[in-house]
This record gives sequence, C-alpha cells and structure tokens, in this order.
Amino acid sequence: MLVDDTTLTEDGLDARGEKPARILVLACGALAREILALFRLNNWDHMDLTCLPAKLHLYPDQITEAVTKAVKKHRGDYSRIFVAYADCGTGGQLQARCDELGVEMIAGPHCYSFFEGNDAFAKVAEDEFTAFYLTDFLVKQFDAFIWKPMGLDRHPELRDMLFGNYTKLVYQAQTNDPALDAKAQACADKLGLPLERRFTGYGDLQTALERVSV
Amino acid sequence: MSEEEDEIILSELSDEELTLQMHDDLYDGLKEEIEEGVNILLERGWQPYEVLTKALVEGMRIVGIDFRDGILFVPEVLLAANAMKGGMAILKPLLAETGAPRLGNMVIGTVKGDIHDIGKNLVTMMMEGAGFEVKDLGINNPVENYIEALESGEFDILGMSALLTTTMPYMKVVIDTMVEKGMRDDYTVLVGGAPLNEEFGKAIGADAYCRDAAVAVETAKEFMAKKHNQVSA
Repeated sequence: MLVDDTTLTEDGLDARGEKPARILVLACGALAREILALFRLNNWDHMDLTCLPAKLHLYPDQITEAVTKAVKKHRGDYSRIFVAYADCGTGGQLQARCDELGVEMIAGPHCYSFFEGNDAFAKVAEDEFTAFYLTDFLVKQFDAFIWKPMGLDRHPELRDMLFGNYTKLVYQAQTNDPALDAKAQACADKLGLPLERRFTGYGDLQTALERVSV
Repeated sequence: MSEEEDEIILSELSDEELTLQMHDDLYDGLKEEIEEGVNILLERGWQPYEVLTKALVEGMRIVGIDFRDGILFVPEVLLAANAMKGGMAILKPLLAETGAPRLGNMVIGTVKGDIHDIGKNLVTMMMEGAGFEVKDLGINNPVENYIEALESGEFDILGMSALLTTTMPYMKVVIDTMVEKGMRDDYTVLVGGAPLNEEFGKAIGADAYCRDAAVAVETAKEFMAKKHNQVSA
C-alpha cells in the first residue's frame, strides 16, 4: 500500500514488507512509486523502501544530514543500505558522506539525469540547459513542489522573472498515462513554455537497483 | 476603522517615519510606494546617496537577514528586489551626477551552461546599492566573456554564479585560465550559488564563497578595504 503523493512530498514513507528484508533502499519521496513498481516487477521481496520527504529538495543543504541520520537509524536492521538519491544539489557533499558511511548511492547529478540515463543526459546537456524538467511525480505535485514554493500562486507576475530564461518544458515520463500527459501540458501552459514529452521509463534507477538487488 | 482612515499618506510622514515606512514597503515588495517614497525624500532635499543607503539598502538588509533566517522566501525577496529596482531606477542617474562614493568595480555573470540568474541579479542589485559599480554579463558565460571583461582593466572583483552541480565546476575553468594568464592575483574572485559551499570555493581557488547577496556585499567590502590598506601601506 502506498501513501498519497502529498504525504510523499511532506513526510516521506516507511514501507516495510511482511518478511524480514536484507536490503534497504533509502530514497527521496519523489521516487517512491517508481521504486515500489520496480520491487513488484522484479519480485524483490528481500528489499524494503524508506523515503525522506520529497520536499527536502527545496532545501538541498539539508539532504546530506537527513540521509546520514536515516542511514544511522536503519543500519542495524539491514545488511546493506542503498541511497536512492543522486547529487541533488548537494555539491558533492552527499557522495562524500555516503563514502564515509560506506553506503552506495545513485550516480549522476539529479533524477532528470538518471531517468534519462546519465550518459544520454550528459550528451545533450550542452544543447538542453534551457530546458525545465518534470517527472511523473513532479507533474502530479507541480503545485506543491513548484507553483506554490515559488510564490506563483500569490504572485503570478513573478513567472517570467523565475522562468523567463527557460525555452521548453521537458516531461520525462516514467509511465504512459494520458491523464499525466494532459497535466504536463497544463503545467507547460502555466509556465508559458512549449512542452516536449519524452518517455524515459526508469532509466538508470532500474539498473542501479538491479545491481543492488543481488 | 475604515480603509480610508487606515491609508498611510507617505508625504505626511516625517523623514524618520517615512524611511521606516519605506523599509516596511520594501519588505512587502510595494514598488510604487518605494518610488513615491524616493521622490518625496529627494524633494525634501535628501542627497541621492542618503536615500539609497538609509531607505533602500537598509530596507534590503532587513530583507536579507529574514531570508537568511528562513522568515522570508525567494518570492518575497524577488518582490522586494523588484521594489528596490524601482527606487534604484530613479536614483541611479542622480548618483552618477552627484559623484556618490564608489567602493569598487565588479563584473559578474552566471557560468557557461547555466541560465539561473535570480541570485546573481540580487547580488548585482545589493552591490550597486552598497556603492559598487557592477557590470552584469548575464547568463551562460564562457570563460572568454569573463577574461575579456577583466582585461578591460576596469574591475577589482569577479563574481561567478551557478545553480547546478553540473555547471559549478566551470568556475574552476575560469580561475585556472586567469592563473595561466598571470592575472589571477589582480582580482578578488567571489563565487556563489545554491550547490556551492566554502570548501568548494577554496578547492577551485576562489577568494571566497558567498552564501547570499548580503554576505557577498560584506565580503566584497572586506576585500576592498584590505586592498586599500595594502596600497597605502
């Protein structure tokens, strides 16, 4: 059973299976649905998931400490912990801390990169740095994650100051869902940007978890 | 009380009340009120530099403190900045005419591959408010843009900004190029942006990492004071 997206944004998740698991995936709440889908698809019932609130991304300087605290809290219960975060704006601090703690994390700068595949994302980075990205989760949580924290619900006149340098909105779709496509279009309209939909699936998240699962 | 009775008539306030009211208006991002306040103080014979420092910069200093302490957030700071911009537009030509004190000259820009400019724009405005002349190179700057600006010989300080983990290493490219050209020690290099930290600033050879616009102003002032002391020693 998965909690709703608002809970994933605000509070995170503690999803333990019925059987004792050996591996814990400690993830950002924005990845909960995708990771649980991968657990189900691959029958990874030896893996548990716990998530920190997705909204930590609004304060990237808090991510490293929050992850550290969670690793220390859970490490006695599992033989292995995998941190399902990329660098996520921590400027290399999360990687350094994971190295100190002896836990692995996902390679790459952020989820937009690893969903697309880090190599593929890096290849187009030079031509695409004026793109603003949304994933399935961010499309669903657009108001809570972008529109309101940026103050655009109260001050829509700030839109061009905040988004004026972007040239397009890229919706990286993890799933095929016409309702999300429509919502992504509405997000693009609100931001005043043309929409490009790109199906990524789970990208490097899948390969990273496959490696951890064995 | 009726709304009409609540309304504050700026022109009826004393100078002291008006500057305090302008701090409030800046805090609330009220651009028109700020413009009106600036014009009233000028009409009362205030020097442009005095209006700038006592009404606007002091107001933005308060905004900066509350942003740092998590009381204000980016949207409120942007609105305050926009209001200050309105006041600055009136004062800037007057400041040039009246020969207001200049603390130093800075060139600033967001690095190559990065289009984020909110922090940079705030730094630019606060630096101008503090008495620095600032040339803003805008976004997505290759190393050549910075070097060309520095070689013009007008600047004391180089400011670089990046919001992305993927673009912040480019700051080192710029600093390394300055070293290669033998010009690194001629300038104070300040860096800033959300994913940066002090350690990163040191590692790439910057003089300082500035956490926010207010810190950037204070740091720039300190470096300029040191420079003047060295020159006069």
